[in-house]
Amino acid sequence: MRRSRFPVVVTALVGVFFYLPIVLLVANSFNPARFSSRWQGFSLVWYARLFESPEIWQALKNTLIIALSVTAVSTVLGTMAAFALHRYGASRLQRVHYTLIYQPLVVPEILMGISLLMFFVAAGVPLGLFTIFLAHVTFCISYVAMTVLGRLQDFDFSMIEAARDLGASPWQSARKVLLPLLMPGIAAGALLAFTLSVDDFVITFFVAGPGSTTLPLRIYSMIKYGSPPMINALSTLLLAVTLTAVLVSQRLVNLRGGEARRPGT
Amino acid sequence: MGNEGGGKRTEFLDSDISQKRGSEPLRRTSDGRSSESAPGRRFDPIFKRPGLRPRRAELLVSLPTLLWLGLFIVVPTLLVFVIAFRPANPYGGIGGGWTLDTIRALGTPNYLTIAWRTLWISLLTTALCLVLAVPSGYTIARASRKWRNRLLMLVVVPFWTSFLVRVFAWKSLLHPEGMIKKALEALGLVGPETTLLYHPAAVVLVMVYTFLPFTILPIYAAAEKFDYRLLEAARDLGARPFQAFRKIFLPGVRRGILTALLVVFIPALGSYIIPDLVGGPGSEMLGNKIAQRVFTDRNLPHASALSAVLVLAVLAPLIAVLVLQRKNKKADIIMGEAP
Repeated sequence: MRRSRFPVVVTALVGVFFYLPIVLLVANSFNPARFSSRWQGFSLVWYARLFESPEIWQALKNTLIIALSVTAVSTVLGTMAAFALHRYGASRLQRVHYTLIYQPLVVPEILMGISLLMFFVAAGVPLGLFTIFLAHVTFCISYVAMTVLGRLQDFDFSMIEAARDLGASPWQSARKVLLPLLMPGIAAGALLAFTLSVDDFVITFFVAGPGSTTLPLRIYSMIKYGSPPMINALSTLLLAVTLTAVLVSQRLVNLRGGEARRPGT
Repeated sequence: MGNEGGGKRTEFLDSDISQKRGSEPLRRTSDGRSSESAPGRRFDPIFKRPGLRPRRAELLVSLPTLLWLGLFIVVPTLLVFVIAFRPANPYGGIGGGWTLDTIRALGTPNYLTIAWRTLWISLLTTALCLVLAVPSGYTIARASRKWRNRLLMLVVVPFWTSFLVRVFAWKSLLHPEGMIKKALEALGLVGPETTLLYHPAAVVLVMVYTFLPFTILPIYAAAEKFDYRLLEAARDLGARPFQAFRKIFLPGVRRGILTALLVVFIPALGSYIIPDLVGGPGSEMLGNKIAQRVFTDRNLPHASALSAVLVLAVLAPLIAVLVLQRKNKKADIIMGEAP
């Protein structure tokens, strides 16, 4: 049977559709012209402008403070949640637990943003870096938990039994066998949490206060009121950072079986 | 979560892609349930120790997240419904007492227009995504192993990048001085006066762009498991290609299509950034109104009432798809298909 060529053509067009805007954006970040339709040679002028801007540095500082603390807290909480879900998955409590963890993955972000804003206003918590931290941990837990859970489902638990048979205490078998083997999954979850936190705009927008501008908030106000070429440069840098993080995390997720069984790799 | 709604969540929504990838197929026990329905039975050696009863161990590992998510998801969501019945105070806060005025204000024609627009933009986006995603998912599933992985990477990678950046990329393309406008002008398709931005069509375009990968992934996951000999059989029995596609392939990947529907339509309903950045006043959606009530009017009760409407609008398709999926699952078990 000869296969129709139609699906291949659609897929190719989809590929162009996906990449055209991104490629042009990156190219334009090196274009000294103010308007993108005219190419005036290669230049780093917008990058230079970017690095001279104190607001960008402040936003970067805020973003990193939040992302690092969010990653630490949500990785611990998310990993614990994944353990609970995997070990006691059948219990009623875990079904509630799972529904809660699933929430941030389906509910539109704007709803999470607005409800958290209401909550912080009603509770009298001043908006700022701390409220952004709380909000980010809330959705990052879900992504870490799901990543680690995926890893746990592939895990061969007879290895724990073997460790126990050979005289390891429960704590020892957890720490010396389970944890090292799960490390790639946990690390992938942590990287995911980090990128999500660095990237988040909608929720952050709602719960941010004066002086807690993050990079995405900065980019947003630049898009609305500022200079487009500088955003091209900033976007290209962000693209480079997130792409690296994603590629590393994909690597970690794909480390399986034989490779993953060597502790310390 | 740089992606408005869509986010990186699809990876997890479709367990076929994320959780089971690379793992052996589920073993099925005699009662027709998969052996994973009681996960981690062999986990016991860790938790089994004197003085730590299983129940207490379970609480110990689940309480931190239960408390956290209870405090920052359940309480705030309930609060949205409560605040909708509170009056606003002039300082942008929440006043005392109770009122139904806010709820009544939702019935004004202005809001109905917005609600209708939110619905049709989301439906159109979902439909366009499906039209593009089904052929793409099919192509990826039928490609050789090497190409399949490459294509999947190509679908996934750019969309792990900042959502704002992607919207901005389109904004500059559609800009009056942007590439697309200039190209269309050069071809004589549009005059210099035409604006491509600030139009509902621009909103739909960028929404399709944002959500398409999250449609392709679940459809690919279903298409990968599809038995393509069925298509050949249909052709041998005289079906035309399109007939075979419509009557055999589409029903075969229906679970993927349902997941795709869910992950596009629901976040689309909550869109806010895309209409804000590439749409004009004529393309405002519910999300824009919520943001306006919060940031411009500083009227939190009004924003709450609108959000409550959005919560209900989101729940409806979610429940519908869950019911449909359950039905499908039953049908699968009867027909002896793998889950």
